[in-house]
Amino acid sequence: MKESKVTLKLAKEHGLLKEEYEKIKKILGRNLTYTELGIYSVMWSEHCSYKNSIAQVKTFPREGKNLLAKAGEENAGAVDIGDGLAVVFKIESHNHPSAVEPYQGAATGVGGILRDIFCMGARPVASLDSLRFGELSNSRVRYLFDGVIRGVGDYGNCFGVPTVAGEIYFDESYTGNPLVNCMAVGIVKPNEMASAKAYGAGNPVLLVGASTGRDGIHGVTFASEEISEKSQKKRPSVQIGDPFMEKLLLEASLEIIKAGLLVGIQDLGGAGLSCATSETSARGKSGMEIDVSLVPLREKGMIPYEIMISESQERMLVIAKKGKEKEVQKIFSKWGLNSAIIGYVTDDKMLRVRNKGKVVAEIPADSLVLGGGAPVYTREKKRPAYLARTSKLDLFKIKIPADLNEVLLKLINSPNIASKRWVYEQYDTMVRTGTAVGPGSDAAVIRLRKTNKALAMTTDCNGRYCYLDPRMGGRIAVAEAARNLVCSGALPLAITNCLNFGNPYDKEVYWTFVECIAGMSESCRALETPVTGGNVSFYNEDPERKVYPTPVVGMIGLIEDVKYITTQWFKEEGDIIVLLGKNKEELGGTEYLKLVHNLVKGKPPVLDLDYEKKIQQTCLNLIKKGIVKSAHDCSEGGLAVALAECCFTSGNNLLLNAEITLSEDFRKDALLFGESQSRIILSLDEKDLLELEKTAKERKVDFTVLGKVGGKNLRINQWIDLPVQKLKERFYNSIPGIMEKKVR
Amino acid sequence: MKFGVVILPGSNCDYDAYQIIKTIMKEEVGFLWHQDKDLNGCDCVILPGGFSYGDYLRTGAIARFAPIMQEIFNFAEKGGLVIGICNGFQILLEAGLLPGAMLRNSSLRFVCKWVHIKVEQENTPFTNNCQRFQVLKIPVAHTDGNYFISEEGLKKLKENNQIVFHYCSPQGEIDPVYNPNGALENIAGICNLKRNVLGMMPHPERVGEKILGSEDGKHIFSSIVNFVKGKAN
Repeated sequence: MKESKVTLKLAKEHGLLKEEYEKIKKILGRNLTYTELGIYSVMWSEHCSYKNSIAQVKTFPREGKNLLAKAGEENAGAVDIGDGLAVVFKIESHNHPSAVEPYQGAATGVGGILRDIFCMGARPVASLDSLRFGELSNSRVRYLFDGVIRGVGDYGNCFGVPTVAGEIYFDESYTGNPLVNCMAVGIVKPNEMASAKAYGAGNPVLLVGASTGRDGIHGVTFASEEISEKSQKKRPSVQIGDPFMEKLLLEASLEIIKAGLLVGIQDLGGAGLSCATSETSARGKSGMEIDVSLVPLREKGMIPYEIMISESQERMLVIAKKGKEKEVQKIFSKWGLNSAIIGYVTDDKMLRVRNKGKVVAEIPADSLVLGGGAPVYTREKKRPAYLARTSKLDLFKIKIPADLNEVLLKLINSPNIASKRWVYEQYDTMVRTGTAVGPGSDAAVIRLRKTNKALAMTTDCNGRYCYLDPRMGGRIAVAEAARNLVCSGALPLAITNCLNFGNPYDKEVYWTFVECIAGMSESCRALETPVTGGNVSFYNEDPERKVYPTPVVGMIGLIEDVKYITTQWFKEEGDIIVLLGKNKEELGGTEYLKLVHNLVKGKPPVLDLDYEKKIQQTCLNLIKKGIVKSAHDCSEGGLAVALAECCFTSGNNLLLNAEITLSEDFRKDALLFGESQSRIILSLDEKDLLELEKTAKERKVDFTVLGKVGGKNLRINQWIDLPVQKLKERFYNSIPGIMEKKVR
Repeated sequence: MKFGVVILPGSNCDYDAYQIIKTIMKEEVGFLWHQDKDLNGCDCVILPGGFSYGDYLRTGAIARFAPIMQEIFNFAEKGGLVIGICNGFQILLEAGLLPGAMLRNSSLRFVCKWVHIKVEQENTPFTNNCQRFQVLKIPVAHTDGNYFISEEGLKKLKENNQIVFHYCSPQGEIDPVYNPNGALENIAGICNLKRNVLGMMPHPERVGEKILGSEDGKHIFSSIVNFVKGKAN
């Protein structure tokens, strides 16, 4: 690669706008060098600068009890959970790389988020993935799906973190642009938490871990444009993952942090060295001087521009305490890793990059970063025209199918609802011996050694709801995540989010973005679960379509005592089945309407936050009283699907029947398959029913006795009568049936 | 007695093995670094699961050359107890301490799930606390667990009662349906002729507590303790 003279044309080719180019020249008081252009173009890209989102993102409620690292302060959020422990967690997207190179795209997505966790000094204890693909009837989609699953699996499996939860939806809107959102959760002692700051003039700066190559150059710029036919050519922008290297980097990083040898540490992710040097300097209100000729390279002839923006994986920037650099290097060499002193901290707030002594870039560090000199825009917004069309749903025109058994079988066989076992059996879900509840129930549960506590975790977002009503969809995403945690016995603590949208310059897209954030914020406030960080991914479009607005919520909850751990499956014949909450005649946005009537229409179910909160508190209270044997949230597919799911326990072959009587006199399909919110199915011993009644009445929460565990088949009124074994087969065989089909 | 858990670059079940021995079995345990040339007086060496050296080559093919392996050869030669779990089993095969080889799973995918295994040999240092034909509930997690051996080799394994575990149903029925990886004749674990070296694909260190879904792994570790303390065989 050769250096060129920087012109407006070249700046535009790097994705900078004319006014941005002019602004940079003004900051520097001169024209940019080629290296500086590289640095600014990646740092001011949408991906790094959040320039079109940060003004909105800042409206999220970010204050709460026990927060040790709030949104934007560090690489991930941290919450104190008592017993001398804190939980560190974050979610991030890797959509664009996965669209062109699914295996490496997904693998490096996992790797990137794990580094965000362990550079805080936390040991990763769980990994989650929220994924969206097109319809599986499309062969390219199957290729993407298969590649992403292998990528997620191979990285986490080799690294040694259990991948325990997540969600997968299939919808045409994600055909060319799948969503791959990876979340990681770690545990740290608060006094051993590391910070991503550089300060103390003269403190040495080390680059550790893998050597630097040409992989991932301009990855962030690529992430800041739509997927098109040209995208395949950007495959070199996709980084290559090495989970083995990451595992060594984990051990070495935790060792130097524990030994107290450093001032700060940050992982190298998007925008590589440019981002790590400028962000740590800006956070520490310092400057930094590095010489790229000291960076260990894996390729010949790399110019400073390339070294500064390479996104080679499995690297960390370490700011050591002066005099401790030898000890740091000794630990890295013990783990067989590179470590090179590439510069030192200064107090002039400048990022100065040299090449064999010669200055190739000299930039005020703060001018590069979010919250500093990076641009902030609020885009124009407009209520989407499609809403006028989609909001009209005339239920009178929708015929109730005669055979409701068939409908239930069809729903439970829909890849959106069917078991994701084919996926999670490719993930190591049990390594680290912490998994008390693995994939398949409402939330995963990781027990915390040496305490009586456990963490519950989940991800959630129904993109179809967000498409039909972004505000309500955003609200539901948070509330349902919280409900999932409550059903597993946890008190929801805080969320991280990954906001996946189309092009922000499209006014209608921007409107949905703003509305989703507003809806999520309402729920976060009501449920007292602040936002501790996350990620925004725009430009999720292919030439034919935009993705549904998909603000994925990753939520963490605390189970105070492992005896409160609850799963969704019925436990014993004779137990009473109770519905907490109320059935309503709502069919808009349901999986049933899409699957059976081919309609994506209507308003999603209405969520009343006060009521939701009461339901969640009541459920948790009942669990803590020790009378709840199973708890399951009603979601996609409605009451009928949820009841069926309660009948077959994952992990063993226990099958239980249920006899259910529903008495509401509205549309049968709405009663069975409607997706009304704030509903939880509980099972309990008959003798505990009085206690439940008392509690529910005190808390002014609706409840209905639905029936009993046992009998013959799953029976609901005269409408549903199906052998549980048959339902189970459809539930478990759906996805493998599609993916393992032999092609002639 | 003292256990030693080997840490190879890329081991990731080392800590789990350490934990079950220390906190559940309450026995003495230490780590052994791959570059060590001393087993620190251990009575039983554990080669844990993971992806040693990344396993980008054939699984275990590089680990077999780790400096500590020489010590493990000598130790095993003298009758010392060695147990290889998952990646550890793969390494023992590469090292020639156990016969046969691992192929990629028949699904060509990583598989992590609960399985059941049937104890076929209770007269080993690793199973003396089990009943013959006892069924253990235990998880597997690997990409290469498809055990293979020549016809002649298989015959010898059988003649010498070296097949310790078979994958089976919860009731103990051995059938291909219960085989998670395509392993020859559902073989889940074998020992050497002298019965002091065991390799098994399932993870006993993952099942030592009820909260984790099973406690059946304890039978393996308590058998070792029994043996070393001279209570069995």
